[in-house]
Amino acid sequence: MREIAYQEIVKNVRDIIVYSASNLPEDALNAMKEAYKNEKSPVSKEVLKQLLENADIASSEARPLCQDTGLAVFFVKIGADVKVVGGLLKDAINEGTEKGYIEGYLRASTCHPFTRANNKDTVGYNLPAIIHLDIVEGDKIDIEYAAKGGGSENVSRARVFPPAAGKQGVIDYVRECISDAGPNPCPPLTVGVGIGGTFEKAVISSKHALFRNIGSVNEDPEMAELEDTIKLELNKLGIGTMGMGGTETVLAVHIESNPCHIASLPVSVNVQCHSSRHTHITI
Amino acid sequence: MSKTYHLTTPLSDETVSELHSGDIVYLSGTVYTARDAAHKRLVDLLDEGKELPFDIKGAVIYFVGPTPPKPGDPIGSAGPTTSYRMDSYSPRLIAEGLKGMIGKGKRNKDVTDACQEHKAVYFGATGGAGALLGKQIKSAEVIAYEELGPEAVRKLEVVDFPVTVVNDTYGADLYKIGRAQYEVK
Repeated sequence: MREIAYQEIVKNVRDIIVYSASNLPEDALNAMKEAYKNEKSPVSKEVLKQLLENADIASSEARPLCQDTGLAVFFVKIGADVKVVGGLLKDAINEGTEKGYIEGYLRASTCHPFTRANNKDTVGYNLPAIIHLDIVEGDKIDIEYAAKGGGSENVSRARVFPPAAGKQGVIDYVRECISDAGPNPCPPLTVGVGIGGTFEKAVISSKHALFRNIGSVNEDPEMAELEDTIKLELNKLGIGTMGMGGTETVLAVHIESNPCHIASLPVSVNVQCHSSRHTHITI
Repeated sequence: MSKTYHLTTPLSDETVSELHSGDIVYLSGTVYTARDAAHKRLVDLLDEGKELPFDIKGAVIYFVGPTPPKPGDPIGSAGPTTSYRMDSYSPRLIAEGLKGMIGKGKRNKDVTDACQEHKAVYFGATGGAGALLGKQIKSAEVIAYEELGPEAVRKLEVVDFPVTVVNDTYGADLYKIGRAQYEVK
């Protein structure tokens, strides 16, 4: 049994939050540069140039890339041979989150759903973090983190189709979702699609799909092909960067699929803006 | 063909009438910030017949909730937030004399109709370019609703703040025009 100190987790979480806020990960940066190269619309190209400049300023001056520094979302795998000492894993992640958002001068974006009150007395400084926990083999803690902004989250959708909807039903649904979203979620986008499972499994899968590195290929060849097909369809929409019109509307489509009930075909679409702030560490 | 303008606030009817969807504008002068909760309070004040915390005539409102400033900076990162959430409040403010709104994303028909009727424009700023846009803000002072935190109303002084005209006073919409050009049916 390997022991990992509570404070070590707090520090790691704090550090990845502060770092992610101002440093666009390499996969996202490369995808944006590629979009800049391929974009046919001069207006969208100009806006992409601003975004690349923004990424440069943010990292060199340690300023947040975006004022919406998001809700903190974690997918955590804890090895069965790990014992966290000095406190609970969940508390350590929340403490690290609060420290990261305060010490990094990041915006606290959580509030009560109805009163909209945003202060430490009700919800804490950007707390609670959204944490998905899984137990795996081994003696390590694997942490995937993303800062999830509101603009892109607000266009997310989920629906349970009858099985007859099939692949075409999925393609049409994603197309409709991104078409209706237009400029609002800050394109060019990464689109996460969760297929199968139950209703909530599809939703969580669509979120987790956003954590995959842009440019990586789906291990399932059938899903890899579907990702390419949907990406092609979405780029025909003409939305372009920030909706100004253009050929590069999505940077990537990532699918996560699961076996489902014989009666159902759940599909979920979760969207990430151009600023795909995500980090993966292992302790 | 899109034109480039350098404008200083407050904006007049004549100035906003010159602007067309797709034009690039570098704004200087005073700009006020307000988001969801602040908009609700501003409209409540008008309903109660009370005065607004700033002069709305010719004013420009920026839909933004900045990050906290680092020591020595006037403001943190400050890119636009998605504007549709302000759609139910904007027409009322436009009728009172608001001439410009800065945000990102689509507006509804009530807003674009109000822009035509009362001569106002909706500017798009680049979403997510918070570090870059924050640098064009030279000072920031909370003038109302401090308890709303990032949603408080701030008086900003901006210099050459880059925006694009999305909805003009003639009913044109850059998002529709731009998309139609590149859509593959």
